[in-house]
Amino acid sequence: MFRKDYRSPSLMKYLILGCLLLGSALALGGCAARPATSAAGSAAPIETIENKGSDTLVNLALAWAERYMQMHPEVSISVTGGGSGTGIAAMINDTVDIANASREMKPEEIVAAEKNGFTPIEWVVARDAIAVVVNPTNPVDGLTLQQISDIYTRKITNWRQVGGEDRPIVLLSRESNSGTYVYFLENVIRLGQKGNETLFAPDTLLMPSSEGISAEVRHNPNAIGYDGLGYVTSDQKMVAVAVDASSPHVLPSIVTVNDGSYPVSRPLYMYTPGEPQGVVKTYLDWVLGDGQGLVATLGFVPLASRQVDK
Amino acid sequence: MRKGSMSGWGEFVVETLVRVAGFSAIGFVLLIFLFLLREGVPAFFEVVPGNLFGTRWYPTFDLFGTLPLVLGSLLITITAIVIALPLGVATAVFVREVAPNWAREILKPMIEVLAGIPSVVLGFFGMTLVAPFVRQVFGAPTGLTAFTGALILAYMALPTLISVAEDALDAVPRSYRDAALAMGATQWQTIWRVVVPAARSGIVTAVLLGMGRAIGETMAVMMVTGNAARMPLTLDSLFRPIRTMTATIAAEMGEVAQGSTHYHALFGIGIILFVLTFVINLTAASALFQKRRRGGLR
Repeated sequence: MFRKDYRSPSLMKYLILGCLLLGSALALGGCAARPATSAAGSAAPIETIENKGSDTLVNLALAWAERYMQMHPEVSISVTGGGSGTGIAAMINDTVDIANASREMKPEEIVAAEKNGFTPIEWVVARDAIAVVVNPTNPVDGLTLQQISDIYTRKITNWRQVGGEDRPIVLLSRESNSGTYVYFLENVIRLGQKGNETLFAPDTLLMPSSEGISAEVRHNPNAIGYDGLGYVTSDQKMVAVAVDASSPHVLPSIVTVNDGSYPVSRPLYMYTPGEPQGVVKTYLDWVLGDGQGLVATLGFVPLASRQVDK
Repeated sequence: MRKGSMSGWGEFVVETLVRVAGFSAIGFVLLIFLFLLREGVPAFFEVVPGNLFGTRWYPTFDLFGTLPLVLGSLLITITAIVIALPLGVATAVFVREVAPNWAREILKPMIEVLAGIPSVVLGFFGMTLVAPFVRQVFGAPTGLTAFTGALILAYMALPTLISVAEDALDAVPRSYRDAALAMGATQWQTIWRVVVPAARSGIVTAVLLGMGRAIGETMAVMMVTGNAARMPLTLDSLFRPIRTMTATIAAEMGEVAQGSTHYHALFGIGIILFVLTFVINLTAASALFQKRRRGGLR
């Protein structure tokens, strides 16, 4: 009834046998190594903090956690990414102590949290400048917010119209669930106007990652994209942005974000389920205080202006 | 006597295990489908049909038009098969009919290795090498196009297509070839006028299985097609970005608020995809079944 397809079953057998042997060897090695590490790890920490959420924030959150654990070996902090929505959902279901988010909580998420018996509390932990990037060979150095908005809604379709070469413009964006996408849409494309219903042009390329954007910007002289300042690599060219035609074009940097002259920057958040207690409170206080010293090294903007306000 | 009952027991245990394994496959498919229905069907009530089958997919702003996604998936799948079919059949013919024994011994395992390349590796390859190539050669504004996706998908569908087509050729009885050659046909005429036509239902199965593989592919597609949810209706659509159903689910499921309309809509796309794949596989299975039934070939 069934026909043998393989002319050399013996070869297959050896392959499978080899794989099995290799697999079991690895498994044995893993088992042997395990007790040592877990014994060393489980000795010190008493208190644990679960921290989950935004992929934008994950590197910064990791840096904070590592530094804090060095100073306080009695605290163990585990940081995972997965996205703002994932982190907030985990906080609502009470499986994490702190959720990281690159956007504000949506009303329905707050309702869901209140249904579970607590009011989420918002903490701004750093700021992120959104840089507009083009290919290094693109001669365009500066754009106004209005021009960027027109480009992303296809009112401007050729680089010639904004002082560049005669090339079609290819629009790049992050995926629609990223906090960066929502911020860029509301504050750049809609120019921060309430009730403005403009959307990204349908042929905007939605890239699943920052690497997707940087690869396309690097290779394609037609492309324009945007991303967090910390994710802009040296092979992309940042465009200086002006609020309107009469104001100066400003490049994003820690200085220009803090003095407010660079117009496209957003807050990054941590959310706690209710008023934080004990170690979580001490940790958050540190993040908002001394922890700010780490922010700039990861390409984000520390909360200098906020501290001046206080 | 004792020995006999022992082997009877062993047989019973093994038989039961095999039976449970067999039925569990059916059970899992049913359970998965029920889960899909439970999570996805609300979308068809929460979103008005005019919106759900509209042309604009902006889930963040309650526009859930799935049409560009369905058309996007179909466009790249069909293009991929159009590319892979001649290549795959030609390869199968070469491996089965033309290649000397030693070459066949090398080619067969090599083709199976192709199937083992992880799709994220192919996606990265497509993003960094194929996309710039497509942009420069075809003059498209960006290299992340439906065509780039179709090229990668064609490559991914090839191993399946070749293996199944090769089996179909192998199933053509030796007497057909002998008869053709005896009547004075050349080897070329024998292959194209007798062997390939005789194996055509098997080749159709190969194509459908290749399609099933291509339409469900996610990672590589997400990395190279640009994911722009535009309607692929103009002539140049093949060289413009598109967004597929699979890429949409993969890209958006991670951050969607659970239980929201958007969440149900993503599962709704899952249902559409499941039904499409199911129809394709069913067609493939029935083609295969017809081939088995026809006495002449087997």
